[in-house]
Amino acid sequence: MGYQAHFRVWRGDADSGALRDFRVEVNEGEVVLDVIHRLQATQCPDLAVRWNCKAGKCGSCSAEINGRPRLMCMTRMSTFAEDETVTVTPMRTFPLVRDLVTDVSYNYAKAREIPSFQPPADLAPGEYRMQQVDVQRSQEFRKCIECFLCQNTCHVVRDHEDNEQAFAGPRYLMRVAELEMHPLDTADRHQDAQTQHGLGFCNITKCCTEVCPEHIKITDNALIPLKERVADRRYDPLARLFRRRKE
Amino acid sequence: MTASTHHPGRADTAIRTRRTDRWWLPPLLTFLGLTAFVVYGVVRVFMNKWYWVGEYQYLAPFFSPCVTGGCVPGASHFGQWLPDLGILAPPVVVLPFVLGFRLTCYYYRKAYYRSFWLSPPACAVAEPHGSYTGERRFPLILQNSHRYFFYAAVPVASVLTYDVVIAFHGADGGFGVGLGTLILLVNVVLIWAYTLSCHSCRHIVGGRLTHFSRHPVRYWMWTQVSRMNARHMQLAWASLFSVAFADLYVALVASGAITDLRLFN
Ligand code: SF4
Ligand code: SF4
Ligand code: FES
Ligand code: FES
Repeated sequence: MGYQAHFRVWRGDADSGALRDFRVEVNEGEVVLDVIHRLQATQCPDLAVRWNCKAGKCGSCSAEINGRPRLMCMTRMSTFAEDETVTVTPMRTFPLVRDLVTDVSYNYAKAREIPSFQPPADLAPGEYRMQQVDVQRSQEFRKCIECFLCQNTCHVVRDHEDNEQAFAGPRYLMRVAELEMHPLDTADRHQDAQTQHGLGFCNITKCCTEVCPEHIKITDNALIPLKERVADRRYDPLARLFRRRKE
Repeated sequence: MTASTHHPGRADTAIRTRRTDRWWLPPLLTFLGLTAFVVYGVVRVFMNKWYWVGEYQYLAPFFSPCVTGGCVPGASHFGQWLPDLGILAPPVVVLPFVLGFRLTCYYYRKAYYRSFWLSPPACAVAEPHGSYTGERRFPLILQNSHRYFFYAAVPVASVLTYDVVIAFHGADGGFGVGLGTLILLVNVVLIWAYTLSCHSCRHIVGGRLTHFSRHPVRYWMWTQVSRMNARHMQLAWASLFSVAFADLYVALVASGAITDLRLFN
């Protein structure tokens, strides 16, 4: 059975914007993205929204729904009461292009700052041999769909724009951890994690983990292990004494 | 309240959060829980009595090990290698290590950064501070010493284990079990679970390895610690509660306010 829901959607561009009120039909089984599409089809054809898969796999439809960073296509309307106002705003941390679409190029810039996988010099592609147990930790991080919800929610940049330069964000610190734990990667990434990518900004308050739609344990499995590895090299004189590379 | 800094180009920054749920409840509960523990701990330490029940050999966990000359007779199982420190009650010897372990714990850091420092109070709720440097500078850079507190926590937990063993003591001097024994036992199990589920422990036993396949035993240990580590928050709270409760129980028995419920001898 359908009903008329009260939606408040952010309309505007980088210079100005505001929430607009709509009454819009909702049918059984729908998600927030369906309703946004209905708005587009019936009331505001110029509403800008980014999406691709409607299956929670492309990472395009990130937004904030009643203040919570989520994928619009994975947020069921049945989680709201029929008389509840549903407020949809764009991701707050990135500059607005228009309506619900933000400019996420900060993330691409951060991705490029991380040196890519460096296999041993004497190994040609095709000769890589690895054991499953040795790559399983990194594989969890490969589930990332690059929705940037973690980057958006992390208070280090969300509340302090001035840290954007120095801080890569959870998604890219996780990338450093992924390569750091990779059995065939030869680069020394500890120092960079702290000095170049700003690992020390993270205060492990776990908001990245809380919002990740792929349920990657970013803090427990990537950031804290990376902090421990950095501590081995920078802050622990005993571990430095006994350290061996890439055991 | 408004967001802490102005962000040109970003949308909807004038409001602190648009969350409609009770996001303030978890940090409030954390704040109250940790404050209650600290208040209890301070009162208890300055009380400086009622920590030893000679009849059943119960030693209150806050006062273990009791190594100063001020300790009541019978409570010092590991000798008294410090003089009576007067106003400084016996716990001042181990407390820095025990508190340091919890203060630098990755979970407690999250808990107090969120609830005491509001950095951030909850996800997608703006923090009230104008600037933020994280754990990069003194004093917070010292959080990197957590592993050393973990090393210290292992002997402390061992001492508490010894206390439980001797608490299987009956009124006639032989074997005995009371409710107090069981409370101390549950407490020490939780303390061990909390200690071994530590992130630094996880790193030390195997997390720092790149090739698990070359170290099957350490890989197995890492797997076990990882399983417990997923429950680290729950264990942090359970062991915090149990240590205070065990301490309170011994205090009540020692003061004569209640009598220990004896199950056997
Ligand atoms: S855990 Fe660290 S990286 Fe993740 S949101 Fe919190 S501060 Fe940011
Ligand atoms: S780690 Fe999770 S939240 Fe972050 S970009 Fe990847 S899928 Fe999105
Ligand atoms: S549209 Fe692809 S994740 Fe939502
Ligand atoms: S005790 Fe909590 S992380 Fe070490």
